[in-house]
Amino acid sequence: MADMRPTKIPMPETDPIRRAGNFEEVALGYSEADAAAEAARCLDCKNAPCMRGCPVGVHIPDFIREIRNGNPEAAYEIIHSTNLLPAVCGRVCPQENQCEGKCVRGIKGEPVGIGALERFAADRHRESRQSRTVPSQKNGHKVAVVGSGPSGLTCAGSLARMGYDVTVYEAFHKAGGVLVYGIPEFRLPKQIVEEEIEGLKALGVSIVTDAIIGRTLSVDDLFSDGAEAVFIGSGAGLPQFMGIPGENLLGVFSANEYLTRINLMKAYLPEYDTPIKKAKHIAVVGGGNVAMDAARCAKRMGADEVTIIYRRGMEELPARREEVHHAMAEGIRFRLLCNPTKILDDGNGQVSAVECIEMELGEPDASGRRRPVPKQGSEFTLDADAVIIAIGTIPNPLIKSTTSGLETTPKGCIVADEAGRTSRPGVFAGGDAVTGAATVILAMEAGKKAAAAIDEYLRGN
Amino acid sequence: MYRILKKRYLNEAKNVIEMVIDAPLVARKCLAGQFIIFRIDEFGERVPLTIADYDRAAGTVTIIFQPVGATTKMLAEMSAGESILDFAGPLGKPSEVEGFSRVAVVGGGVGCAIAYPVAKAFGQAGAEVDMIAGFRSRDIVILEEEMRAAVTHLYITTDDGSYGIRGFTTNQLKALIDSGIRYDRVVAIGPAPMMKFVCAVTEPYGIKTIVSLNPIMIDGTGMCGGCRVAVDGKTQFACVDGPEFDGHLVDWDELIKRNSYYREEEAAHVCRLTGGVRHG
Repeated sequence: MADMRPTKIPMPETDPIRRAGNFEEVALGYSEADAAAEAARCLDCKNAPCMRGCPVGVHIPDFIREIRNGNPEAAYEIIHSTNLLPAVCGRVCPQENQCEGKCVRGIKGEPVGIGALERFAADRHRESRQSRTVPSQKNGHKVAVVGSGPSGLTCAGSLARMGYDVTVYEAFHKAGGVLVYGIPEFRLPKQIVEEEIEGLKALGVSIVTDAIIGRTLSVDDLFSDGAEAVFIGSGAGLPQFMGIPGENLLGVFSANEYLTRINLMKAYLPEYDTPIKKAKHIAVVGGGNVAMDAARCAKRMGADEVTIIYRRGMEELPARREEVHHAMAEGIRFRLLCNPTKILDDGNGQVSAVECIEMELGEPDASGRRRPVPKQGSEFTLDADAVIIAIGTIPNPLIKSTTSGLETTPKGCIVADEAGRTSRPGVFAGGDAVTGAATVILAMEAGKKAAAAIDEYLRGN
Repeated sequence: MYRILKKRYLNEAKNVIEMVIDAPLVARKCLAGQFIIFRIDEFGERVPLTIADYDRAAGTVTIIFQPVGATTKMLAEMSAGESILDFAGPLGKPSEVEGFSRVAVVGGGVGCAIAYPVAKAFGQAGAEVDMIAGFRSRDIVILEEEMRAAVTHLYITTDDGSYGIRGFTTNQLKALIDSGIRYDRVVAIGPAPMMKFVCAVTEPYGIKTIVSLNPIMIDGTGMCGGCRVAVDGKTQFACVDGPEFDGHLVDWDELIKRNSYYREEEAAHVCRLTGGVRHG
């Protein structure tokens, strides 16, 4: 009989005042007792609606049963059989819209803490340092993967398991894509990403860093160097700006630049050379996870005040609930229903303030969300000595412009079907490069499906 | 790891250094006008440098730099046989060199190291090339023989008159234009103020002038947007849309301001250096 308490066992967190001054992980994870108690809340539904909410089809009731029975390693094995990055997903998936959003317990109370339990199993596995990974028998076929973010790593790992000889090409000096340059240490410790990548290498995946596909090598070069299929998982790396006056002033950054300086280039650690400006009042424009990450980093870098500016309301914030809750607890201010119209100069080319206009929500737009409309005459200014623009990213044009026969949308996204097949035979694509900026787990789903399609394609050849 | 195969000083003042790096993947495709990003070690910054030369058969790429910031000072301390951690490229668009009959290439200081391969590429593509290489004084002149061998006419200028023609590159360029030479392209590579003034010289004559920009950037692939520059009122990313742009359309004052943004941090970093590379 399941434990019928209506609420989740809360995950312990570090103190918000103390943590806003450091980069240590915020959510601390379940203890054995917490995990057993939370696992006991699962009804073990026969039809498992939660699984329909999981893009990679984790066998959720099965792994939770193993945790309930005190076998976290067995739980890990079940998760890992369909999800190659469990310690990552347990931390960054928007579970409320996925598995937990479908959980029956959520109808009258809180859903089972599936994400927290996944993280528990993955962390116990890491701590036990059990590694039974052995490279699969090689089948003699080569596949090249472009990009080492969530979609590329998942595609590579899935193919390596099937016996393919997989090489991943990464433009940066470190593998991991958005997991290392974008998501901050306090949300996803880089040690964990590194261990997940080491696990993929143990499966036989090779990773070549400093290789910019479209420049260092073209997709055609990958084929002529022996790859029989290519997967493009190059993400959506090109930052969007608003196109308002003052965006090139000193102190205006894309969230990509700000986060890369901190997360990949470790500007927060004194032993690293990366410079970053200290600012007193940082305004962050946008309401997604990237905006929350940038705002929380800004606080940790010592800003007195950090304000998120978002043109819709609290209900419409696209960020994960947990991130919004953490940001608020850490003292981030939210100026909702307003939009920047101009960034003001202090007279020396440096930002001094952001001019904004208040917004109200009108009729639903194409996305189904109510369209924000400016309220005439409601302009006001917000003092700021730095502005971070986190309004989204689009795919990088480097591959599109150097690969013939690859169809793309007007927004620069690669056109691919559900299985990842592009307009060019042998070239597959998935993740943000196809969808535009989305989530880690959707990119992983695309990588996994493309691996299956590549296998089918190469078997047919 | 990328091994430093050769190192030499290019002038008497020993403030410009040439290094030949073992980087076969970069050497395979690189062209004049493109750049690389290097990182010395795990703690280092990613720093862009324009490619000065390459040898596809040997798999090597030549870089030329002046030790000015913390990272280039550390690199200057390294010797042939040692290795740096990262060397990624080629990045940016190559120079447009085909289809010109007569061009002037203007290099300023260490910028001559970048102007030289571009001038050479113009010559190889069939253009008559006048090169104006400007330096502050005689002791910092670099690559004189190489430039002379690659171009039709070489004019060296020094600010103090200690070598070649006394004065700035802009004076010499104006004199050549006024002597009746019809250039169908001018290329200027050097410090931003010099490029700005070259553009001011050519604008009244309506000669299209290309400049090579080297703004602050992190990734070099279009990801950070740190290298944005206003060209004809539109924001462009120097790393992917450039590094070469029509100089008459560049917002020079904004570019010069953006490039000095981290000057204080840079000075603090250099102060922390105790001389030499951190990790052997």
